[in-house]
Amino acid sequence: MATEFHNLQELRHSASLANKVFIQRDYSEGTTCRFQTKFPSELESRIELTLFEETVKTLNNFYAEAEKIGGQSYLEGCLACATAYLIFLCMETRYEKVLKKIAKYIQEQNEKIYAPRGLLITDPIERGMRVIEISIYEDRGSSGSSSGSSSVSGSTAR
Amino acid sequence: FPPGKASMRECEYSQISTRSSTPMETPYKKRTPKRKKWEAFPGRNKFYCDGRIMMAKQTGVFYLTLVLILVTCGLFFTFDCPFLAQELTPIIPVLGGALFLFVLGTLLRTSFSDPGVLPRATPDEAADLERQIDVANGTTGYRPPPRTKEVVINGQTVKLKYCFTCKIFRPPRASHCSLCDNCVERFDHHCPWVGNCVGRRNYRFFYMFILSLSFLTIFIFAFVITHIILKYFKPAGCKWAVVVCFFSVWSIVGLSGFHTYLISSNQTTNEDIKGSWSSKRGKDNYNPYSSGNIFTNCCMALCGPLPPSLIDRRGFIEADAPQMAPPTNGITMYGATHSQQSHMAAATPLLQQQSSEPVIITSSPENGTSLPARASLTLGGPCTSLPLGQPTPPTSTPSLTLHHYLTPEEVPSPPGMLHCGSPLGHSHTVQASFYNPASQDSLHEDSVRGLVKLSSV
Repeated sequence: MATEFHNLQELRHSASLANKVFIQRDYSEGTTCRFQTKFPSELESRIELTLFEETVKTLNNFYAEAEKIGGQSYLEGCLACATAYLIFLCMETRYEKVLKKIAKYIQEQNEKIYAPRGLLITDPIERGMRVIEISIYEDRGSSGSSSGSSSVSGSTAR
Repeated sequence: FPPGKASMRECEYSQISTRSSTPMETPYKKRTPKRKKWEAFPGRNKFYCDGRIMMAKQTGVFYLTLVLILVTCGLFFTFDCPFLAQELTPIIPVLGGALFLFVLGTLLRTSFSDPGVLPRATPDEAADLERQIDVANGTTGYRPPPRTKEVVINGQTVKLKYCFTCKIFRPPRASHCSLCDNCVERFDHHCPWVGNCVGRRNYRFFYMFILSLSFLTIFIFAFVITHIILKYFKPAGCKWAVVVCFFSVWSIVGLSGFHTYLISSNQTTNEDIKGSWSSKRGKDNYNPYSSGNIFTNCCMALCGPLPPSLIDRRGFIEADAPQMAPPTNGITMYGATHSQQSHMAAATPLLQQQSSEPVIITSSPENGTSLPARASLTLGGPCTSLPLGQPTPPTSTPSLTLHHYLTPEEVPSPPGMLHCGSPLGHSHTVQASFYNPASQDSLHEDSVRGLVKLSSV
């Protein structure tokens, strides 16, 4: 029991939050939601440029789709106005639908690409759509004590 | 020690620790319901119906609006409609009724919805911004108060101002409402008649409200006059309806016309009053947000997609509370002049950390004085000399984490728990402030307002 707890603590200590990087909004095209694709220097050693850029560009495309003004959005707007906006009680807006897609995408990206590299993306909606927050975790176990990793492997062997 | 005494001691110890770590929960209630985010909202808003309804603090004029509309329409339906339905056509009361309901619906929608409030920066964001500003300015210690960032939008240079209350660079067209103490996206104006700010999320409802109200007042005015003329008889109710409508027509129709102009040129009231895009400012000054086409502008404003609320009023605050009672994020930092306030402000980044998020002393403060002072405070007093926040490159040794660590199991879960409308997760730091800024000293409020006024010029 004591050794297991000890291993859990080792695990906890093995991934501690080191830093957070904030990708700011790109306002060069107006007030529509876009994030800067500039690669932050803190991530240079953690993830490839192409993967990062693809994530941000896909997110930007999602937001552009949500805020797109075209036939469907006009229809939704007019219908909502005609029903005195009561229709929003039953139906969710297009924006909300796209936000759900975005949440799924971010989760998928975290699981497949970012978490294995010790990174974690926070959905911008949780930060008021101001920033994409990427948390950087330091893997202490790999850099430091071999005892930590050996005890972890010991517990999994059990 | 006798075993009884030891266990007693242990019990006492565990009770105390529960109390100190979760001051919101009483010790005997293990399953207290979690507080919702609207209960700890840092702005000066009032919430009703468990966070579904959001209004400004002063709502007296809103009730006046309601009373005026209800009484006038009531009198119209009681005294004029029976006569007009008989003499002319029953369509009149039906049309009047529909118009009245639409007016009421849009008014309530405008008043009760979130105008597009920008949530305040989390402590990490604020610290990161501070660091960037210090790097950009290259000054040591003293922070020059005005902070602006220039952005080129569609060829036009726009200045983004830093909001000291919300600790963010305001997006273009956003403005800080001093009455509600919030930054609001695409801020139009604060309307006391609807008891709320008018911003990105409720501008179309506001416009539909004043437009339909114009039609309603003209409608009532016209038919009451008709009634009077047809009957040569002035019931008391009629007179009142005539008077209200007469004055309302000019003001409300005028207001509708003004907002129609604003919509067709894609400006906010704020921008029009300041003359931001007026050609008088400069030959090349133009509105970068306008599409150039009146019809397109109207469609964008009225039929564009409705963005979601960013403040998640009814989401739950994470239960774990910090040890010390934190001042809210409403504490602003006025350069380096107010040492006490910078003290309190410095304490906010750590004190609002939840247990699921480790404390971060953000990396590399290049200039020595301010950040280490902040860091020393966060230790809770005695270890003032501890050299936290060393200017190390971020990728090297992790900064000192003081409280809990996020387990790797916990790490991927927050995005997984995300779903639209109520994201749980670690977005709770800002909202977990326990004191309404209004309860802070009035000096702070006045200075915030003063700062806001300065910055809005």
